[in-house]
Order: sequence, then structure tokens, then C-alpha cells
Amino acid sequence: MSRTSLRVNGQSHTIDVEPDCPLLYVLRDNLALNNPRFGCGLGQCGACTVLLDNRTVRSCTLPVSAAAGKEIVTLEGLATEGNPHPVQKAFIQEQAFQCGYCLNGWVLTAKALLDKNPHPSDEEMRNAFESLICRCGSHVRIFAAVRHAADEMKRSA
Amino acid sequence: MATKHVLSRREFVKDTGGLLIGFSLADGAVLPQVLAAAAETAATPSPNRLDAWLRIDRDGNVHVFTGKAEIGMGVETGFTQIVAEELDVPFSRVIFVMGDTSSTADQGGVGGSTSIALGSKPLRNVSATARTLLLRLAAKNLGASPDELQVREGVVSVKADPSRKISYAELAASGDLDDALKVSGEGFALNVEGLGKPKDPSSYTVVGQPIPRVDLGPKILGKWQYVTDVRVPGMLHGRVVRPAGVGAKLMGVDDSGAKKISGYVQTVTKGNFVGVVAENEWAAIRAAKALRVNWSAPERAFPEQKDLYQHMRTVAPKATKETMKKGDAAGALASATKRVQASYEVPFQSHATMGPGCAVADIHTDGLSTIWSGGQKPHALQKGFAELLRVPLDRVRVIWVEDAGSYGRPGFEDTAADAVLLSQAVGKPVRVQWSRADMTAWGTKGPAAVYDLAAAIDEHGEITAVDFTSRAFSGGEIMFVPATADNYLGAQLTGIPNTSGVDEFAQWGVQAPAYVFANVHAVSHVLSGFYAAGSPLRSTHLRDPEGPQTSFAVESFMDELAAATGADPIEFRLRHLDNARAKAVLTAAAERAGWERRPSPKPDKASGDIVTGRGVGLSTRGGTYVGTIAEVEVNRRTGAALVMRFVCAHDCGLIINPEALRGTIAANLIQSMSRGMKEEVTFDRSNVTSVDWTTYPIARAPEIPAQVDIVLLNHPELPPSGAGEPSSRATAAAIANAIFDATGVRVRQTPLTPARVKAALSVARA
Repeated sequence: MSRTSLRVNGQSHTIDVEPDCPLLYVLRDNLALNNPRFGCGLGQCGACTVLLDNRTVRSCTLPVSAAAGKEIVTLEGLATEGNPHPVQKAFIQEQAFQCGYCLNGWVLTAKALLDKNPHPSDEEMRNAFESLICRCGSHVRIFAAVRHAADEMKRSA
Repeated sequence: MATKHVLSRREFVKDTGGLLIGFSLADGAVLPQVLAAAAETAATPSPNRLDAWLRIDRDGNVHVFTGKAEIGMGVETGFTQIVAEELDVPFSRVIFVMGDTSSTADQGGVGGSTSIALGSKPLRNVSATARTLLLRLAAKNLGASPDELQVREGVVSVKADPSRKISYAELAASGDLDDALKVSGEGFALNVEGLGKPKDPSSYTVVGQPIPRVDLGPKILGKWQYVTDVRVPGMLHGRVVRPAGVGAKLMGVDDSGAKKISGYVQTVTKGNFVGVVAENEWAAIRAAKALRVNWSAPERAFPEQKDLYQHMRTVAPKATKETMKKGDAAGALASATKRVQASYEVPFQSHATMGPGCAVADIHTDGLSTIWSGGQKPHALQKGFAELLRVPLDRVRVIWVEDAGSYGRPGFEDTAADAVLLSQAVGKPVRVQWSRADMTAWGTKGPAAVYDLAAAIDEHGEITAVDFTSRAFSGGEIMFVPATADNYLGAQLTGIPNTSGVDEFAQWGVQAPAYVFANVHAVSHVLSGFYAAGSPLRSTHLRDPEGPQTSFAVESFMDELAAATGADPIEFRLRHLDNARAKAVLTAAAERAGWERRPSPKPDKASGDIVTGRGVGLSTRGGTYVGTIAEVEVNRRTGAALVMRFVCAHDCGLIINPEALRGTIAANLIQSMSRGMKEEVTFDRSNVTSVDWTTYPIARAPEIPAQVDIVLLNHPELPPSGAGEPSSRATAAAIANAIFDATGVRVRQTPLTPARVKAALSVARA
């Protein structure tokens, strides 16, 4: 066990944890943040995605020690002051999911993609999402939501 | 809307004097995990009283209690519309409690795409009855007769003088809203009737509207609670360690390494069931890895995978059923001018839910036990766990909380049983979330199936006879209603034999359309599972049981017959159907797709590697009709096929919510495309070797068609039928038919991988 300081959704936390414990379990079990979700524990599906210094990482394989001192954002922290992020608004507008267990990865990956590339081509979008799984098959609406979000963000930029 | 729901749920929790147990959650993530303080029993409410189904609180919120569950297709939203419609209350005032065995009647849970078709009947009736009773109370209160009154948004007023009014909330506070109901049927068919008559569908204003789903906003905002997020005070975390292979016996466990892990609590063994419990999930995972379990050599119970279909064709069936004998098919085949024969093969598939199964169990064999599970039939689980724990039924409460998808009987039931066994052993509440391999490899499977079809063609090119034979493992080898202890993998590993399974047949005219021919002979065989209990290759219900399999065979074969007689595939089907709605979805899909009338294959004009084609499939299921057209691009060099577009015409009678329905259809098309093109459980002689997303690949973003066009055929004059499964059924066949159209080559085995397409192309070339 060692004391680790984490900055999550703008708040600082100090916790006692095994340094090799994947970030996912710290977020879920120590900080009760539910949206990083366990999907495979192998980095193959993206359900556990969080933003680390605004880049998507798989928290199920990232040791907590590697996240110390960095800015961690989970789905819980995406909205500001009660306002949904434009990406969230677009996903709600498009009613993009079925069960929604995977959506954490899709919403955060979409946010990171649009931050980097506000007008992704269809191919760029698909490539950005290739490492994610949606078992229910909601992809068609997910893609529509990302296009919708890109348009909205362009309009308000 | 979301906030209102949550607040009212909290209100409700307060009202009932219940105890809300320990969640530390983001605001808004609270579901009604109410444990009545010091409850002695957890009896399921009898459905024969109105207040077992519906209560109105002093704020005017309508609380509705249903034994159904939301598994990701929007049924809670549809139910909400139905209740709001019948009661004339705002949509946002209706709050559902779903799948809690202590507060909802046993409606059989979710299954067979029946939640709207059957499950909404009692909800419609109790809402209409509550409205009638409220009107009577209002009439007394306002000094008018009920037919002089009108209701708008939960407020009753006198038509002639709307200033004379009283709200449902006031009426509910002042009067007795309960009444006796007449009960009929049970399980899915459970219905109740009271004083009220439901409205005429032609007057609907809420049903039929594209209202956003009640769950999706909170989910996308990160304020939803899945079963993975249930936390109870003192909760420990468990993991299971499965046998080294099918039939391996536990010889011993060395847990000295596990004991060194900080947070380790206890190793649990019972027969061949092995698990470990720790204070936190990471410690449980590490402890499970650190256990040195000594297993006897596994049985070599499975054939080599390459011999699976050979095995299925040669083994003596466990059960056989002649499902149709019309005319003399054998005679017609013997005297045919031309015969067409073809065989089709479909592998085992995994539910492989996005999150591996998760459950929390708090077991007290001398008191009340509570299990939180995403299993879609909670009342069945209550019975099964009572049997497993050897306690009376009313000492077990199962609270359904949404898990990841479900798609039938995915293994969530087995996860919950693992949690039950571990909590019983350690005397504390235990949360179990399976590993990915526990889910994909050791979860239940959709059965493999093989089909042999033959048809006779006379000298005029007419089909005179069809002969159909299926040989499939049973979709009920593991009973799909998990109401007995022997149903669960963990229980089987403790030594309980699986005796509750049933034979479920893959049938002509049931899991595929009932095409009309002069002579038809259809026989279905069920094959024995490979190993009696505790097998990773045990089959049960996977979305649309035996549907995609049987449809792949029959819908491919209809295409082969159309090609053999030089007919357009849609025209051919129309000629052999006698159902107007089935014909209508084919015609509607063809129209939207811009279907070119001609036989397949497409005349080969392409010179490069890439060729394109289109194919059709028809699904008729439980009163729902679906015509699916796939447009594909095939690379003749690599064999890679890509669906570029789906067109799907869908008729499920009265539509409750067209947007939620479109979402479900679109997702069904993609999931069933994945099953048809990518998914095959692999195994060796003793183990399933599909253990993760690399060894059990499914469709990913680059493979998703650019365009999906859905045509809804609404029939307000007909009752609603199911939509959860019918559009999953014919997709694989439509794609295979499109590949044939593009290449002239028929692939008769799924998944339709590049290797299979390429192999078929090289055979054709040779």
C-alpha cells in the first residue's frame, strides 16, 4: 500500500492503494465513480475509458501510479456546472444507445476526437472508434450523434 | 424529466417508510432499492388487487409496479406512455418499479419479445381501472356524474364548468383507490381486469409519440445505476475460479499465496465450485489468480471443432419431432424433373454481454436474503435461489437492476448464483463481477444447428415439394426460465445435476417463415449436449432462440430456389406466401431500397476485385413481420464482404414509440450482422477457447454500414406485437444472399468470414 494523490474531475484525493492496482478499481471502489465500467480488464473494449490529460486511456490496465499527478476526467466530470457537454447533448438528442453499458467509452472518445479534430471524416471517426465495443449494436446512432455534436460545436465555436 | 423521476423515487422511498440502503452515488443514480425495515418475509404481491400494480402518491405521482424489466430497448418508456395515456396524467408523473420480487407481481420477467405485446395488457387495464375509480371519487366530490367529467394532466374537472376541478393527488389522498381485480393466466400471460375499459387506440395522444427514452438521458449524463454499481454496507467482493476444463474435478487448493494478499478474506470450495472473497475487487482478482488449484484432467467431452457439424449429422438425436407433413414430399422429390439440395451450418455463439455478469447477494439462511441481479426473469431467480438455499420462497428477495444488455439467458443468472454461494459461505454480502473469460468462455451459449433442405422442381419450373431437416442442440439444454437450483453453473459445479432442461426444436414455419408449397415434410431433431452439467458449451436462449440459425437455412434456401428457377428473390417469396403482412414488408423494403427486379446473381460486369450485390430475408415472428434487404460489397480477391446498407421494413402492429422502435431495430440489424459475419465460439476437446474480444470478435466501427433505412408500417387497428427480436432474425441470410448476388457463390456456413467467402470463390473458380 502506498499513499497516492489523484486529481479527478477537478478534485484532489489522497488514497492508500497498491501502486499496481489499475486505475479503474480505484475510481470505482475508492471514489465511488461508477461510469468507468469493467468490460474486459484487457483494454479491448473501452468501457473503462477515462481522460488522462485529455487523452483517452483504458483505466482497466493503467496502474494507478501512472495516473498520479495527471488530470483525470470521468464521464461524471464531463458536464460543467450542470450543463451537459455538447457531446452528451448530441448523444441524448440522437437517443444513441440501447443498454448503454458501453457508452462511457464512446462519449469520452468522441469528446477527445472532436477536441483534436473538430471535423472528422467518416473514416477518421470510424478509425477513432475501432477500439471500442458496443455489444447491442447501437453504432449507427452513435455515428449520427458524433456528426451532430461536430456540427453543434462548429456552430457555437 | 430525469430529475423529476429521481426525486419522486426518493419521495416514494420516504413514503413507504422503507430503508434506503447505502449507496454513495452521483445525484440521481438511486433506484428503489428499498428494504422494508426488519422485514420478516419477502413475499411477492398477489396480482389480484389494484394497489399491487398502481399507487398514486400525494404529489400526484403514479407509481407502477411491474415484474418486467428494461434490458436496453426502451420498454420502460413504452410502458410509461401506455400508463400516461390510459390515466390522462403527464408522462413525467409516471414512475416505474420493475422486477423487484417483493413489490412487483410475477409477470414471468422478460422473454420472447412479449413485454409490450403481453406485459402491457395488465398495465393498460389497471390504469383504466384506476381512472374509472378516480372519476367515481371525483364525481362524488364535485357533485356531478362521472360522464359529466373530463380529465386532463391528472386533474378532473366538470366539462361544463372546468373551474370545478380536483386533482388525482387530492383524490388519492382522500379516498380508497384499491379494488379487486380479476386475474387470468400466469407468467408472460398474466393479465388482470377491473372496472375500467382501456381507451380506443384511435384516441391515443401519448402512445405512438416519439418520446425520448426515460433512461438514456441519465445514462449519458453518467447518472444511472447498473447492477455493477450496487453497494451495500459491509459488502465484500468475490471471484470464481472455473475448472481446468469440462469435467475436471477439484483435487485441492493451495491458498497460501492468496492469503498474503492484503484484503484477502476467504477461499470457498464446494464440490468443484471454487471462489475467493476479498475486501475489494482488485484484491479478489489477485487472490483468484494467486490460488493454486489442483484439478484432475478434464474430460475430452467435445469433438474437435472441425468435426462439429459431422458429429451433429451422425450422432443419434436425443429427441425428434415431425413438425409438418403436408401432401407427399418424398413422392414429389422422387419424381421431380429437377432437385435442389443444400445444407447449412451455424456455430455456437456467445451472449458476450458488454459487461460480464455482475450480482450482489446478501444471504441469511435464518432470515431474509436479498439478491441484486440483472437477470431478466427475477421471479424465476427467486424460486431458484430459494431452492438452492433450501429456504421458503418468501425468504428470498430478488431485486432486478439493469446489467449490460442481456439477450436471453446470458449467464447473469449464473453470476448471481455464484454470489449466493459465496455470500452464504462467508456470511456477508458479496458482490461478484465475472471476468471477461468467465462471461465469454463459461457463460451460456446459443446452440449450434445444421440443416438439410431439398426441393422438387417440376417441368414448368414450379416448386412442388420441400423437405426440411434440422439437427440442433437445445435452446433449453439450460432451461431458459432459471427457476430451479440445477439451472446455475455454480450449483452444477457443487454437484447438482442439470435435470430441468427441455428440448427446444429449430422448426420449419416457426423460426423461419411458413412458405406455402404443395408438399412439405419437416423434421426437427434435438441433440444431447456434450456434458451433463457444468459445461462451458451448454446451450440456452440467445436472442431469438434458433431464429437466426433456422432463418439462415430457410431464407438462403428460398434464394437458391429462386435462382434455380430464374426468379427474382422477392417475387419468388411473394408467390409462396399467403400472409398479407409478410408480403407487405417485403414490398415496402423493396420499394425503399430501389430493388431491381431480376434473378440473382447479378450479371457480372465488374472487372476489378470489388463486386456489389443485394439480398433479402424475411422474418415472421409472433405476429411481427420484417423484410430486410442487405446491400454488400465483396472483395473477390480477399473474400471480405462489407454491408454498405440495410433496408428494413417492420410491422409490429400498433407502434408505441416509433423512435425507440427505430433504435431497437437499427441495433438488432447490427448485432445480428455481427452474429452472421463474425461470431463463432471456438473450443478444443475440453474447453471453450473464445475467452475475450480477440478470440470472440464482433463487429466494430469500420464494419458498420453507412446507411440503415427503416420503414415502419404502423397498424393502430392491431394490437402491438414484439420488436425485441424479429429484426435480428433474417439478417445473416440477407447478407449471404447479397454475397451470392454479387459473386454467384453461395456460402452455407456462418459466420460469413473472408476466409469462408474466399474458399467458396476458389471452389467456384476451380
